[in-house]
Amino acid sequence: MDGTLERGGLAACPACVALPNVGDVAGGAAEKELLISLPEIHCAACIIGVERVLAAQPGVASARVNLTLKRATVEAEEAVQPGALVAALGAAGFKAQELDAGLLSSTEADKAGRDLLMRLAVAGFAMMNVMLLSVAVWSGAEGATRDLFHWISAAIAFPAVGFAARPFFASASVALKAGRLNMDVPITLAILLALGISLYETIHSGAHAYFDAALSLTFFLLAGRYLDFRTRAVARSAAEELAALEVPRAVRIVDGAEETVAVGELAVGDMVVVRPGGRMPVDGVIVEGASELDRALLTGETRPVVAAPGQQVSAGEVNLTGPLTLRVTAAGKDSSLHRMADLVAVAESAKNKYTSLADRAAGLYAPGVHILSALAGIGWYLGTMDARVALNIAAAVLIITCPCALGLAVPAVVTAASGKLFRKGLLIKDGTALERLSEVTHVIFDKTGTLTMGTPEPMNLCDIPERKKRLALSLAMGSAHPLAVALTGALRGEGVLPLPVEGLREVPGYGTEARCKGRVVRLGRAEWVGAEAGDETATWLSVAGEAPVAFTFADALRPGAAEAVAALKAAGCEVELLSGDAPSAVARFAAALGIDSYQAGVLPAEKAALVEALQAGGAKVLMVGDGLNDTAALAAAHASVSPATALDAARVASDIVLLGESVAPVAEAVTTARKAVKRIRENFQIATAYNVVAVPLAVAGMATPLVAALAMSASSITVSLNALRLR
Amino acid sequence: MEILVYLIPISLILGGIGLGAFWWAVRSRQFDDPEGDSQRILSDEWDDHPRP
Repeated sequence: MDGTLERGGLAACPACVALPNVGDVAGGAAEKELLISLPEIHCAACIIGVERVLAAQPGVASARVNLTLKRATVEAEEAVQPGALVAALGAAGFKAQELDAGLLSSTEADKAGRDLLMRLAVAGFAMMNVMLLSVAVWSGAEGATRDLFHWISAAIAFPAVGFAARPFFASASVALKAGRLNMDVPITLAILLALGISLYETIHSGAHAYFDAALSLTFFLLAGRYLDFRTRAVARSAAEELAALEVPRAVRIVDGAEETVAVGELAVGDMVVVRPGGRMPVDGVIVEGASELDRALLTGETRPVVAAPGQQVSAGEVNLTGPLTLRVTAAGKDSSLHRMADLVAVAESAKNKYTSLADRAAGLYAPGVHILSALAGIGWYLGTMDARVALNIAAAVLIITCPCALGLAVPAVVTAASGKLFRKGLLIKDGTALERLSEVTHVIFDKTGTLTMGTPEPMNLCDIPERKKRLALSLAMGSAHPLAVALTGALRGEGVLPLPVEGLREVPGYGTEARCKGRVVRLGRAEWVGAEAGDETATWLSVAGEAPVAFTFADALRPGAAEAVAALKAAGCEVELLSGDAPSAVARFAAALGIDSYQAGVLPAEKAALVEALQAGGAKVLMVGDGLNDTAALAAAHASVSPATALDAARVASDIVLLGESVAPVAEAVTTARKAVKRIRENFQIATAYNVVAVPLAVAGMATPLVAALAMSASSITVSLNALRLR
Repeated sequence: MEILVYLIPISLILGGIGLGAFWWAVRSRQFDDPEGDSQRILSDEWDDHPRP
């Protein structure tokens, strides 16, 4: 941005305009658009700060922050690397992450949203003008004036309905072609009948025309459609953004040289390097290197596993200490990660059988309305032998029963509820998720990564002598192993100072080693320092000639875990803990959180089977989990929640994503969902009550256009206000 | 009642102008970042030299 301003300043000298701008020539290379996620920006100062930092980077043409999406769009030269921009923002104190632009298909959604908004605006504009003219008619315009007003109304209403109501016409024609009835069929019929009858009446200078009813029907229903669209769009774009945060790349070795490629390009037999801290991109066999693997996401066990040449590794495992070279045995669709995702797809199709309250209501409603209006028409024809009166009555019945309130009831409540939950850090991915969540009776938690942070914390520091602590700190500082990092942080926090050591080196897969006053000191695996491995996660410190000392670790609890369990119990849910981890760790956590029933060492398939067994017994299960070992259970459960840090497959399988660190909002989600479903039911009751009053009026032939307009607006506004009570 | 000959077209034209303005605002992406726009107004930087 600054660049453009300067260029503009230069051009103030008239002669400069004719000269080719040096900057333009150099920047003539193709420009690309980069997307950067900025999860923590929240104010005007952040916007300006981020834009200033980005604009100051070489090669950046312009940068614009979108605070609503918490995202920056940067136009830059082809050579600019997103990593450099992220680093510059990090240095300026803004947390930033690269986004994979290929995975964000927001333009499609933008177009659909703008399209709906325009139709809504046109319907609103036409409705207001026609209402204005109708008020004159209702208040007593007669003869030629009334006919003139009706003709003007018709001139406005026909093109406006033709444009604004097209989504309903399209959906109704699709349903009719397939031989089904949906909500849009009575809507379309009511709109078309209202327009046709009104035109007929206008030509024959009749007293009643329903142009305003046709338009306000379109307007209110479009409002419901638009709300529905907004909720889905927000959820979808946030879910896409989560997926786009992980740019899947791998380092491949070709003829001894390393190159970075997309994971999709890897083939069986390729050699891939995985650095410490990296996630395995594919299934493979270790060819070279020694390290430790974190399998928590796959199996739920927190203790690292030794990795040596010849060993099989699965996609999704994290390499901890040393670099590993793998030979790819299964890539892309064949990898274990993908096979698990296929399992999820199967389980999801079972979940799709759930019909929402709105669909069930529509199934009863659409045929009922048609039968009622046909009966009214036939009855009046038999009574008066006047086809014009009979058709008028039939149209009035259809218009008055038309589901303004029903069309608004569910979207308004779901929008209000998901907006409320979004502010608490919960993302509802599916419209029916709230309804399913409200029925939950059992809550099953996974331990590692869900109730715990997945990061260890030292437990027994107070039992260890000061000198050993100082030695351990000097050794731990030399390693990036998660246990060492946790130990360094905890010891630093206690104010422990490191002892001077010599020749510090890391032995990948084992630990760190150094010399202190001529004696060898080691920090690492039990077998390596000559100790007996125990049941708990631990790292051992040995000083030559002294007995080894163990530093035991436990996973840190996620904030809000205890609150969530207590609140769920208060809400009347049974809470259970299922974990793939060792029994002692699981038992300790269950006790700390107040969970009475727990199972340890559960295999992924067993988790899903347990969930299915519970549901077969009539329970409705809410599964909360994050790992690959939970995905099948997440998909099988009635409703499911996963944290944003979960593996992609788990997030895809779950209905709700937890955006923050705390799990406390899970309990809130259940109570809010129950409230939301209560509001939806109330709205249906309001709509029914209004029909009970209005339909007899219409059948009796007393529904004048004024009565229809009043009744329709009143019911729509009531259900919207009722939905707003949720906020 | 001759006044209607003026009043009705005027009301339609005014409404039409409003609709056109809304259409233009939607098309020029002014509803893309409502939160950011409400914050940007607080910045001192752009009051005198609005950015493109």
